[in-house]
Amino acid sequence: MAKMTMVEALNLALRQEMAKDDSILLLGQDIGRDGGVFRVTDHLLDEFGSERVIDTPLAEAAIVGMSVGMAVYGLKPVCEIQFSGFSYQNFHQLENHAARMRWRTQGRLSVPMVMRAPYGGGVRALEHHSESREAYWAHTPGLKMVIPSGPRSARALLVSAIRDPDPVIFYEAKALYRAFREEVPEEEETLPIGKAHIARAGDDLTIIAYGAMLRPVLEAAEELQQTEGIAAEVIDLLTLSPLDESVMVESVKKTGRAVVVHEAPRSFGPGAEIVTRLMESAFYYLEAPIERVTGFDIIIPYFSREKSYLPSVKRIKAAARKTFNTSI
Amino acid sequence: MGRKHLALTNNIDHLSILDENGILDLELEPEITNEAHLKMLHAMLLGRRFDERMLDLQRQGRIGTFPPIKGQEAAQIGTVALLRDSDWLVPAFRETAAEIMRGRSMESVLLYYNGYNEGTIIAEKQRDMPMSVPVASQILHAVGLGLAAQYRKTEEVVMTFFGDGATSEGDFHEGLNCAAVYQAPVIFVCQNNQWAISVPLARQTHSETLAQKALAYGMPGIQIDGNDILAVHAATAEAVDRARSGGGPTFIECVTYRVMMHTTADDPRKYRSEEEVEAWKKKDPLLRYQQYLLTKDIVAQNDLDALEAEIKQQIQTAIDRAEEQMQKLGEPLAMFDHLYAELPASLAKQRAELAHELDDIDREVDHG
Repeated sequence: MAKMTMVEALNLALRQEMAKDDSILLLGQDIGRDGGVFRVTDHLLDEFGSERVIDTPLAEAAIVGMSVGMAVYGLKPVCEIQFSGFSYQNFHQLENHAARMRWRTQGRLSVPMVMRAPYGGGVRALEHHSESREAYWAHTPGLKMVIPSGPRSARALLVSAIRDPDPVIFYEAKALYRAFREEVPEEEETLPIGKAHIARAGDDLTIIAYGAMLRPVLEAAEELQQTEGIAAEVIDLLTLSPLDESVMVESVKKTGRAVVVHEAPRSFGPGAEIVTRLMESAFYYLEAPIERVTGFDIIIPYFSREKSYLPSVKRIKAAARKTFNTSI
Repeated sequence: MGRKHLALTNNIDHLSILDENGILDLELEPEITNEAHLKMLHAMLLGRRFDERMLDLQRQGRIGTFPPIKGQEAAQIGTVALLRDSDWLVPAFRETAAEIMRGRSMESVLLYYNGYNEGTIIAEKQRDMPMSVPVASQILHAVGLGLAAQYRKTEEVVMTFFGDGATSEGDFHEGLNCAAVYQAPVIFVCQNNQWAISVPLARQTHSETLAQKALAYGMPGIQIDGNDILAVHAATAEAVDRARSGGGPTFIECVTYRVMMHTTADDPRKYRSEEEVEAWKKKDPLLRYQQYLLTKDIVAQNDLDALEAEIKQQIQTAIDRAEEQMQKLGEPLAMFDHLYAELPASLAKQRAELAHELDDIDREVDHG
């Protein structure tokens, strides 16, 4: 096993899948010679040629719209939108077509494509480069929404996303791209889409997170254990849609307490859905109201203030404590 | 230094072969076999009569809102007539005649306009996309299909349709631009029918033609009399040959007219004059073509009469079949089918909720 950054792990997934299946094509802005602005597609042009690693004109709707056509034809396009903040310019292609083709044609045509896009804050990026709008895609029937939390899950989930028969939106946390290395096996590894993972076991409290938020959550869980003796169970959702209800419901039935963490704005955010599912299936097991630690309902500020916007270890710990201090 | 005229590779022609007075340009007259003529005649006449019949059905409340195609039959049939079964058609929503010629059943059209999802099923071997309602968005799918066909080194071409209004959309620009960059085998057919609901062409663009937009993308463009099926056929043949032989995309502007309303929910008297409509009715593509075929002795009047009777029967059979089929459809739970290859657990739960509710109310079939 090699220790890899998330960028390297994603590159490995693409390279291995492309070598196995010539119906996989990549398209996006600057993904060829440049290897993508984050280098996820580095060297793939040399290996697979410009027929399969396609630098596109600067046109997001075209990148996704052409992917829809290619996928209907029988290819498996994996497109890259340079920053998820620019994917509003291709929103209609996903909402109107990618998400609906199978349903509209009653299974006759389908769109097995992946849209990869970096999301989230924490890397001192410019405007429009730091938001977390995963709720848009998770809200759209017909799409799947996947967010890995590190190199190993990123590689395994990207392989699954490429093989999935339906359109998958694959968000990559910029803050994780080169933040740390993880052992990633050279041999094939997949993770099932729609399945959450228990990242840390515990009996006192359940913390539910995904993507870049997993790291501060694990840090908070460790500190809670060390300083306060609270054993938090941490659930890494990995897929937002379809949402794996069973793992979190079972956990909360055991712990009776829950905190949901995401950097997306709070109102109508993923947390609202997660909390509702827990209410529906684990209400009588709850010892305290469920807490949400999220981005605020504002535009993510320019980077001088983004640290104060993003959920921090301190904020997560405070929410965790609150679930012990409140009695219903 | 200095200022000089730039000689560009492409320029814009206007093509008319058989004009509204029946005058034929013998030099430009395309060579079309009698068999191909009869196929096109059948498709145009069927398109016209089915459209008229659907309007009756809509007025009788037997189908819902639909966009009539009347007056645009030549632009639809003269183009798709040149496609092979292995080629792709990517329609917008006012190409019913073209879709039927490609193999879509009239039953499918009737089911769709009666609100049944079953109306957008594509037949097993048909290489067509379902109609697309969001304006211009389908243009990009055609480019993707073209790139896929190119990647697989086939001779397949893709033909996509859209209206004059679509040329104002970003997807139109992105689609033509990308197709030209990659030299994708795509034929872009614009049915310039002068009106985008209530907005006339002059409010849609300040360009003198729509065809000239092709120049900006480095693509051949041509403007044709879209009510002249010979011109449509000739221009399309050129474009299809170019695409098939690796020569890249073409933009064809068919100048035609939406004789009817935008959809049956629209009242065009609110925004355009009867005189304008009457003037265009005189340029009718079907009458012009029939007259040509009679003059050339390709058909006789009694052939036309027999064809009318045959088509009337075909349409009636389709309506009967569709109405019979609809009695069997309408299972509400079918709305959950085919959203994903496999129904996710959370959706299975919602499906079960509806199933439970339906059991409670004694399970009535939902016909809207």
